[in-house]
Amino acid sequence: MTGSVATPQPAQQRPAWLEYFGFSLDHKVIGIQYLVLTFIFYLIGGVLAVLVRAELFTPASDFVSRELYNQLFTVHATVMIFLWIVPAGSGAFGNYLIPLMVGARDMAFPRLNAIAFWLLPPAGLLLIASFFFEAPSAGWTSYPPLSLVSGKTGELIWILSVLLLGTSSILGGINFATTILKMRRPGLGLNQMPLFCWAMLATSGMIILSTPVLAGALILLSFDLMVGTSFFNPTGGGNPIVYQHLFWFYSHPAVYIMILPIFGMISEILPVHARKPIFGYKAIAYSSLAITVLSLIVWAHHMFTSGTPPWLRMFFMIATMVIAVPTGIKVFSWIATLWGGRFRLTSALLFAAGFISMFVIGGLSGIMLASVPVDIHVHDTYFVVAHFHYVLFGGSVFGLYAGMYHWFPKMTGRMLNETLGAVHFWMTLIGFNLCFLPMHWLGLQGMPRRVAEYDPQFAGINQLCTIGSIILALSTLPFLWNAVQSWIAGPKAPANPWGGLTPEWLTSSPPPVENWPGDAPLVLKPYGYGESASESSAAV
Amino acid sequence: MLVGIALTLISLWVGRNHGLMPVAASSDAPLIDGLFDTMITIATGLFLIVQGVLIYAVWRYRRRPGETGDPEPVEGNLALEALWTAIPVVIVFGLSIYSFDVYQRMGGLSVGHGGGHSHHHEMAGMDPAQPRISAGLGEAQGMTPALTIDVKGLQFAWLFTYPDAGIVSGELHLPVDQEVLLNIEAMDVIHSFWVPQFRLKQDAIPGERTQLRLRPTRTGSFPVVCAELCGSYHGGMRTTVLVQTAEEYQTWLQDQIAQQTASLPVTPDRLHQVVAAHGLQVEAQHLHHLEPNSLAHLPVRTDS
Repeated sequence: MTGSVATPQPAQQRPAWLEYFGFSLDHKVIGIQYLVLTFIFYLIGGVLAVLVRAELFTPASDFVSRELYNQLFTVHATVMIFLWIVPAGSGAFGNYLIPLMVGARDMAFPRLNAIAFWLLPPAGLLLIASFFFEAPSAGWTSYPPLSLVSGKTGELIWILSVLLLGTSSILGGINFATTILKMRRPGLGLNQMPLFCWAMLATSGMIILSTPVLAGALILLSFDLMVGTSFFNPTGGGNPIVYQHLFWFYSHPAVYIMILPIFGMISEILPVHARKPIFGYKAIAYSSLAITVLSLIVWAHHMFTSGTPPWLRMFFMIATMVIAVPTGIKVFSWIATLWGGRFRLTSALLFAAGFISMFVIGGLSGIMLASVPVDIHVHDTYFVVAHFHYVLFGGSVFGLYAGMYHWFPKMTGRMLNETLGAVHFWMTLIGFNLCFLPMHWLGLQGMPRRVAEYDPQFAGINQLCTIGSIILALSTLPFLWNAVQSWIAGPKAPANPWGGLTPEWLTSSPPPVENWPGDAPLVLKPYGYGESASESSAAV
Repeated sequence: MLVGIALTLISLWVGRNHGLMPVAASSDAPLIDGLFDTMITIATGLFLIVQGVLIYAVWRYRRRPGETGDPEPVEGNLALEALWTAIPVVIVFGLSIYSFDVYQRMGGLSVGHGGGHSHHHEMAGMDPAQPRISAGLGEAQGMTPALTIDVKGLQFAWLFTYPDAGIVSGELHLPVDQEVLLNIEAMDVIHSFWVPQFRLKQDAIPGERTQLRLRPTRTGSFPVVCAELCGSYHGGMRTTVLVQTAEEYQTWLQDQIAQQTASLPVTPDRLHQVVAAHGLQVEAQHLHHLEPNSLAHLPVRTDS
């Protein structure tokens, strides 16, 4: 069973790059479409973030109007989550890598795959264009009753956009799970798959189980908004807390939907550059599944101050803390993989090591937030803002960059400039920590999140954060230049520039349509570094 | 060994001297701070170990010029893996038990009992005059509150009604070392009552009443902050809590009673005066709808 690739013989008729602007069914083209489009949304979301930080440079609300400020952070979060990290982690890298890694010609459902991608442009355009009509302003959490009274047009646009993106995500999840379970090259067992596939299997499980719940909540919210029902509206006897339960039933697993694919990428990148087998394959593989299961029973830790019954708070506290165990297993295994390695300090490795370093900080503050008494103090403050940026930027975005530096040669057939990569890394690391580390202090001292104006005693630290955000914004410039320049005129990449053993390196860079000229290679030891090549991979 | 001792000492020192928390001004605050200090101590130790090993490994094992080939392959070590599974298990269960204990001592498990409220069987919306009581923080060891205050959150102000005295204030005045019960409600959207120096936060939810029991332990004035996004002026929804000595509090109370007519219910006119007196940022239409314990007139927009 091989995925059919439509558009036969397109290369003769028109230039190859045009393929990337059309309805292609090739998983590699779709993967790159995802990556480039979501990166553009990342830049837009970044501009919104800088505007938010500009407003917070002074304690008074004086840079943008209060309404616009609320719109800026609402759209910033929605773009970064639903149009960048979720589709970039699973859509871009999942699409590009899974068929190559399991030895398939394409995804299980290529047409569904293309449809999933093409839901993104309308959803994104809708959301960004809302600034010209009325942008949503109730936060990315969109809690009623506020979301029901803060602008009908903006709220409806937000609901429509997130519904489209959620649908895209579900279609992708079904496709990934089917491909991993049913399309593996004969002879390749589950426990011989590259770890990225395990991570994507776990991610797909979460997407399929939790995203429909968000869709249901948003449809009910749209009824309350448009036709005056009272599912969540207290004036008609509805209960706004029910919305919070439904919302977080998706949106806590969403955190893992955003980080598990990155975990998988890190597990691929470290062994190649350290020249060592991954430490504890099964522990890393199965801890992903453990995270999937646990992620579904921790959602109410976002609601410790929402009138959640006392014993339920205790249950969610303990369940949340337990997630530290499988996560810790991964972190320790990665560090053990690095120990005793023989590195090239490539940009991919720098970002991967930076990922571990920053993610650990987010993990430690996560344990503090899980504790109900501490959370009662810091919930909805800048401490939480710091925490989730350490997880989602320090974690996911650092990991996405590591992935881009690692697989760029495979995707484009060109090498990136390593010096610019190092400049990019250090600027990102410094800007990121300058921006987000002081926010822990702000939150503990008494600064709530989502405010356009704040207590003047916090002005100095906020200015530091804003300066950090500007360095962080500028850090994308060397990357952009590097990526564009190298894609056009960079040195040609060999098939296997890093000496990787996983199957995607055992074909040309970029791979041909349908991935291999002959049969897909059978790689039974994807991390067999330090052993003779004949043992580790056997091309059949 | 030496590194281990140094790590322990540094972690303990950081845990005691991090200075991240503001002044502790309630009986709950020292409990939370003790827990937080413990977490900071453990987090500092883990942080230093992980970052130290990471940086050392990346530096120590970088490829030097002329080095070729791959290093010794190591695919795992069951004893080591068991160890680093067991350590987090012990830590998180320890922290869970400690957190549970603090939560219990804060009165977190005794919500909805006592305090003179027996309406918690009412469903929200069935009888708007008696909203469902949701969990906040309850009494510690069965103490009865010396003072009950109704807290109302509305766009964009806090109003504090003292039902026994029949007064309304835009500032919260509390006598020091007295057990207080706050009945928290929202008139429009969700707000969240937060006093950082008390380390206490509780959402104000339209259609539900939440409760917070606390005992201020330190005189002074501290900010009352809205912590849940409630609209455009969310950042401006702030006021002050004044923790006063018993005499100062009584003086203020008598003063207010003399100024305000001591009969309930509180009239919209009265609220107008309070709002004007404190220069609060309140959307005008809300004031017409304000009646104590009434949720029938929530100003949620119906299409018009």
